[in-house]
Amino acid sequence: MSRTTVASQRPLSPHLTIYRWPITMTLSIAHRITGGALYVGTLLVAWWLVAAATSPDWFATANAVMGSIIGKLVLLGYTWAMFLHAVGGVRHMLWDTGVAMEKQVSRQTAWASLIASVVLTALTWIALYLVL
Amino acid sequence: MADMRTPLSKVRGLGSTKSGTSHFWAVRVSSAALLPLSLFVIGLVVSLAGSSFVEVRATLGQPLVWVPLMLFILISLEHMRLGMQEVVADYIHNELLKVTLMMLNSFFVVLVGGICAFSLLKIAFGA
Repeated sequence: MSRTTVASQRPLSPHLTIYRWPITMTLSIAHRITGGALYVGTLLVAWWLVAAATSPDWFATANAVMGSIIGKLVLLGYTWAMFLHAVGGVRHMLWDTGVAMEKQVSRQTAWASLIASVVLTALTWIALYLVL
Repeated sequence: MADMRTPLSKVRGLGSTKSGTSHFWAVRVSSAALLPLSLFVIGLVVSLAGSSFVEVRATLGQPLVWVPLMLFILISLEHMRLGMQEVVADYIHNELLKVTLMMLNSFFVVLVGGICAFSLLKIAFGA
């Protein structure tokens, strides 16, 4: 009777669970997840700035926590999330200009983003240990 | 039983059909600004590794460090507010929960921004 009923009985196009998982889907959701992680990560930045603004004691506590094994792992993840999200952002800007959207090319840039983020993270932490 | 409304009429007036482009654009502009700023901040943090309380405060108080760091924080917060807004709009379909989360998103961003700005101002000008 109504067109809504007809429309609701139409088959859905194949979705996430149907396709073999390609690397582009991993990078797509990783962009969201890293965005969410960086969102929460601002609390660490805020804490460190508050500590630096408050007293040597607070600063020492913040540095001790962030310098512990777990703290370092979190910061390593933070660094990687930042680079993956940043490189992903550049990839999005490329797409915004209408280029690199072909299937094969987008798969190549997905791998390139992943590799670049790991390399940049490694370089940052090597530099960090050279400074220390 | 029969729903006389068309799918189009059901969604009319729900989402914004006016501010989507400016939202999109604000995300791109802030991300473009964040590229050099975040590279600067990563370099700053690396250079500060192992520095003492006094050294860190002296460095952060330098205008050429303070200004880009403050810009990085403020623009990051705006960028992530826009991003989280998009995530909430995508995944949360309950209207009340959606509106609540969007408000909390704004509150969180302003709160973190206020705390960071106060701390940085105190480091630069305070006791």
